[in-house]
Amino acid sequence: MIDAGLVDASRLQFAVTALFHFIFVPLTLGLSFILVAMELTYVMSGKQIYKDMTKFWGKLFGINFALGVTTGITMEFQFGTNWAYYSHYVGDIFGAPLAIEGLMAFFLESTMIGLFFFGWDRLSKGKHLLVTTLLAVASNLSAVLILIANAWMQNPVGSVFNPTTMRMELLSFSEILFNPVAQSKFVHTVSAGYVTGSVFVLAISSWYLLKGKHIDFAKRSIRIASAFGLASALSVVVLGDESGYVVGEHQQAKLAAMEGMWETEPAPASFNLIAITNEAKQQNDFVIRIPYAMGLIATRSTDTVLPGIKEIRAKNEVRVANGVQAVLALEAMKKNPNDMLAQAKLKEHQKDLGYGLLTKKYTDDLSSVTPEVIRQAAHDTVPMVAPMFWSFRIMVALGFTFIAVFAYAFWASSKNIIHEKKRFLKFALLLLPAPWIATSLGWIVAEYGRQPWTVTGILPTHLSVSSVSAGEVWASLAGFVVFYTGLFIVELYLMIKYARLGPTVLTEQVH
Amino acid sequence: MFDYMTLKLIWWLLIGVLLIGFAIMDGHDMGVGTLLPFVGKTDVERRVVINTIAPHWDGNQVWFITAGGAIFAAWPFVYAIAFSGLYWAMLLLLAALFFRPVGFEYRSKINSPRWRNNWDWLIFVGSSVPALLFGVAFGNLFLGVPFKIDDTMRAFFTGNFFQLLHPFALLVGVVSLTLLMLQGGSYLVHRTEGALQARVKKINQVAGAINIVCFTLAGVWLTQMNGMSVVKMADPNVSMNPLMKEVAVTSGGWLANYFAHPVLWVFPALVYVGVFLTLVLQSKRRTLTGFAVMSLAVLGMIMTAGVALFPFVLPSSENPAMSLTLWDVASSKYTLNVMLWVVIIFVPTILMYTSWAYRVMRGKVTVEYVKANDKSLY
Repeated sequence: MIDAGLVDASRLQFAVTALFHFIFVPLTLGLSFILVAMELTYVMSGKQIYKDMTKFWGKLFGINFALGVTTGITMEFQFGTNWAYYSHYVGDIFGAPLAIEGLMAFFLESTMIGLFFFGWDRLSKGKHLLVTTLLAVASNLSAVLILIANAWMQNPVGSVFNPTTMRMELLSFSEILFNPVAQSKFVHTVSAGYVTGSVFVLAISSWYLLKGKHIDFAKRSIRIASAFGLASALSVVVLGDESGYVVGEHQQAKLAAMEGMWETEPAPASFNLIAITNEAKQQNDFVIRIPYAMGLIATRSTDTVLPGIKEIRAKNEVRVANGVQAVLALEAMKKNPNDMLAQAKLKEHQKDLGYGLLTKKYTDDLSSVTPEVIRQAAHDTVPMVAPMFWSFRIMVALGFTFIAVFAYAFWASSKNIIHEKKRFLKFALLLLPAPWIATSLGWIVAEYGRQPWTVTGILPTHLSVSSVSAGEVWASLAGFVVFYTGLFIVELYLMIKYARLGPTVLTEQVH
Repeated sequence: MFDYMTLKLIWWLLIGVLLIGFAIMDGHDMGVGTLLPFVGKTDVERRVVINTIAPHWDGNQVWFITAGGAIFAAWPFVYAIAFSGLYWAMLLLLAALFFRPVGFEYRSKINSPRWRNNWDWLIFVGSSVPALLFGVAFGNLFLGVPFKIDDTMRAFFTGNFFQLLHPFALLVGVVSLTLLMLQGGSYLVHRTEGALQARVKKINQVAGAINIVCFTLAGVWLTQMNGMSVVKMADPNVSMNPLMKEVAVTSGGWLANYFAHPVLWVFPALVYVGVFLTLVLQSKRRTLTGFAVMSLAVLGMIMTAGVALFPFVLPSSENPAMSLTLWDVASSKYTLNVMLWVVIIFVPTILMYTSWAYRVMRGKVTVEYVKANDKSLY
């Protein structure tokens, strides 16, 4: 059996490096379009202040971008270093969007960022605006492709198992591209990025107004950020990717876990606003619920029934039992590829193969799997409720806060009284870390919620790791933490220094 | 359109193209970064050096990312086994690469000699360590990586990081480091002038000499070293895995392809001619041609290694029959086809806008230019 300590260390390392990477990504996604808006205003109005705004926020964009690139390198290679069996098992499918991301998006983004910084005097106004626009579009295109890859892990469409190569292989590329989970994920994730960019500009500009400096500069920045932020915050909440959770069976397990929904309810199900969840007894000890809300939000209908956790686990016991038969047939075929009986058996239970693999967490010999192991494996198919339940609720609460804040900023900004609203400006400044908390929680819901799978229903997480030792992974994790902390301190130091100085950095030396 | 076997062969070439693209483009940035602390005597000179690549290094680095992604998509076995099997070497490579993006972007953001000098050395580490490690990795391909595969296609490893530092691998590491230094040096000669340029030219001569000597030594070493050949394998036109072939090990076996097809000697010849001509052209002020010729030498170098290993892409020293070849590591026919179209469409597009970016930023980077654009340049 694979060392459980190795699996835990590998997961923790991935979580740490991915969440750290995603400190920088959403700001890139959002700020790039804010730069486009500022530069467009400059090109249309010809006012120098908008050029300065583009350049100044562009400097902060650059400081952030450098660490986004740095931490992104890790992500591109970590599948190979730490998730080798995963990479082998699904590389035929998962590798494609990753490679396409490089060829189609990241190349364009990275080439344009050079021209964005250094091309001001060498390009016409229109061409430079084009460069900035391509930069923004390409960074968002990057997100599309990464989310297509991630969506396939959540809802693996268009692929089939090949017993000769012992891996999943691609059947339909268009199904991967147009995976419904990918679409809702994309809209949700980039909108969250736009909110992050807008909060960033709003919070720093608020600070200038509180300090009484760069007044005109800050007011104009807020105007652009609040308009963009309001639209994005509405989009991120209204078009939340919850709609994607009704697609595919395991997505329902995720939904049930984040809603603390133990029992199947008649449609439309009620929404548990707050609950004290009890994992051992599979029930909520205390709950405040809103009737019908959850069924309406999640299914966009009044008659679709959402299965509860207990029902999902019971159903999956059958799938695990069938899956064990599929794994045994596969093992027989390894010994004798022409074993017709085994071939027929594999074919019959192929769709449950992944569920059979879940038992390998508990035993190596699948020919003598006990009912207890099957029950335990089926129990694993729904992740722990409390982390899902609370991550989701805090994220949603922050989402609504952003809508309110941007709505107010937009109104005060258009009335040109925002500089007088000191209490609001202080609140806006304090809000600065909030979008990062929300996006991190969002990823925890998405990725922790997919457990026990790396690829839902196909490949369990504990089988996906590399053949390295737990000690090695703890050591590399420690290395990442040290490196990343150091880099982050430098980044924050520069970011705060430049943000404090404001647009004067365009004309004066920074010591 | 193509049968599976042809597609596998095309993908061997395409991975080669991406690696060559990486070595030419990101390679010259790594060369420049390696030379940085030695050719730039003053802060403003170092800024000149950095600003020759400032607008381009980010785009060029994507060749590295994309080569990794393409190996993932087209050769998942290689991606999985090479990166996990060489765990500490890969992490060391990543750690070194961390310093470049932040180094370039942050270095000139603060006007303090200590701050800038520290970053210069970190840029040096971030450039020279990867340049060296790529060679060490290639050297280890010839020596074989100690791995085996079970019947679920899970790979296991018996080696450790220090075994990678075999003298042959280190020698190839020096070849790779000096090659990229020269690649960066020939670029710097084209983009700079005066005393700085003269210093680069001198270093280029030394790097060129070391490169040719070590390259020759590595070739001689190969005649004495064990190499592999495929004796028998399953039909490469249908799905296969790395456990479906027989492999023979013979002394000097890595040169067999050259003796079987003498026309292939053109690749090592390209290295000799390219390096020599680059050094001649730099003294004749034909600097752009010099860079182009040097890029051909880089192409020759990677093809030299690729052709010697062919059809192997990741030999196993633990069990040669489990070595990975281009026939048994490939993705499904369908995936190879999809990705082929992606490459056909996007690589020319990339080349188009990359050359546009270089054209926009063309011309010598001078001390005056850096001083005049003090706040906006790196």
